Amino acid sequence: MSAVSLEHVSKIYPARQAGWKKWLGRSAGPGFQALNDVSLRIEHGEFFGLLGPNGAGKTTLISILAGLARASNGHASVCGYDVTTDYKMARRALGVVPQELVYDPFFTVRETLRIQSGYFGLRKNDDWIDEILFNLGLADKADSNMRALSGGMKRRVLVAQALVHRPPVIVLDEPTAGVDVDLRRTLWEFISRLNKAGHTIMLTTHYLEEAEALCGRIAMLKSGRIVALDTTQALLARVGGVDLEDAFVRIMRQDSPLSAELEPEEALS
Amino acid sequence: MTPPLTPTEQPLVQPRLDAGSGFPTLLRKELLRFWKVAFQTIAAPVVTALLYLLVFAHVLEGRVMVYNTVPYTAFLIPGLMMMSMLQNAFANPSSSLIQSRITGNLVFVLLPPLSHREIFSAYLLAAIVRGLAVGVCVWLVAIGFTSLPLANPGWVIVFAILACGIMGTLGLIAGLWSEKFDHLAVFQNFLIMPATFLSGVFYSIHTLPPFWQAVSHWNPIFYTIDGFRYGFFSVSDVSPWQSLAVVTGVFAVLATCALRLLASGYKLRT
Repeated sequence: MSAVSLEHVSKIYPARQAGWKKWLGRSAGPGFQALNDVSLRIEHGEFFGLLGPNGAGKTTLISILAGLARASNGHASVCGYDVTTDYKMARRALGVVPQELVYDPFFTVRETLRIQSGYFGLRKNDDWIDEILFNLGLADKADSNMRALSGGMKRRVLVAQALVHRPPVIVLDEPTAGVDVDLRRTLWEFISRLNKAGHTIMLTTHYLEEAEALCGRIAMLKSGRIVALDTTQALLARVGGVDLEDAFVRIMRQDSPLSAELEPEEALS
Repeated sequence: MTPPLTPTEQPLVQPRLDAGSGFPTLLRKELLRFWKVAFQTIAAPVVTALLYLLVFAHVLEGRVMVYNTVPYTAFLIPGLMMMSMLQNAFANPSSSLIQSRITGNLVFVLLPPLSHREIFSAYLLAAIVRGLAVGVCVWLVAIGFTSLPLANPGWVIVFAILACGIMGTLGLIAGLWSEKFDHLAVFQNFLIMPATFLSGVFYSIHTLPPFWQAVSHWNPIFYTIDGFRYGFFSVSDVSPWQSLAVVTGVFAVLATCALRLLASGYKLRT
């Protein structure tokens, strides 16, 4: 049983007809294919990187795992729980740090975390909440209203919210976009500790030096398809280039995928 | 010195199985949301109702007797209570959903393992609580103006809860449908306001011409107010049992629609 499994997952967003045309039921075209037959397995305890340019389908893939989007075809599961038929267990197993900086302005940091914990049915969770606050440098902001926090602090709270139910699988969707060095260092130290403690980490980022330093295995998405899937070192060795950024650029410029690495079982062996 | 991160050295491969339902927390959060701004969500509608009462009571008291026995001010108070309850029960889920959608924090409700029934129940109960809180406050303020009988408290409670349930459910549907504040304003200005103002808040429909009496009978809000008034005066335009049947039926239909929308992920999950 893998921590994350995707089998032939495709996602087509239907085209939205604007104005009066939608009331007449006129077809708006074939829609947008965000994912195209994606198959992927991430094993327990892995630190996995999901890379790709903007619009490659990374957030759609995460949304399908999190139940925010439904796959048009294929199956997805988290810790063996199908995200559609066994969604309650799948969501309990998953913690997602969203890409957008969103928060509820009515509440303090501690209230926000208690509420998020309660949504997962964990109402006496203050010991773990205190630990997260401490490890993410939020302890002195616990009683501050969310509106009063800086962007970096809000980003930390987003990470804390994803961890509050202690999920086995943690998905970080560009968690360090636009944040300072201090947060990056604090965040990666904490996430690395969680990974060493057994949590599976799935990371998307445009900072490829972070992915190279942290991720044991990497998948690259391009136009909704996986075009490379291998261990970080094997990818670098196979494609060449001085670092992952160089390898990424080379792979994205190729017309065909790195076919030898596309079978997940093969890559894992 | 940091404490250990996990109580076991075994790899974490399963979610926590000792977790309960998220419903109580979602309900508590929806209650906290309006309680934290109670000046705006409770006090303001009470002041509005009080202004209506002052103006209409001053103009019409002594000139109008309703049902031949009920002074106009006493007649007006249950109507204003119900109007305030209806509008605030609608406002609670609709404003919560549209704000969460626009600020993006709706994702925090969608990521946890909350079922569509849990989400529906939490938003609905919070709407009912806010509606009842406003109704009780209006009543407490209004009884300072005139003596108000309470002939059948059971009917008062039943119609108050069902009316708030109808509007809470409608607010939930409106909040799901609306993608921006303009959409919600359409609901409020072209459906909720006319339906409440033209439902007998300020008058008995027996004073209307036959055509408008017939039109009023197609307005479900009329039955909530008429049944509610029966609880105070033991007099109403139609039988309270007929009102109960209509109100219960309307609630059942709207609740079914709202549950189906939530279950399908309408405008929530792509």
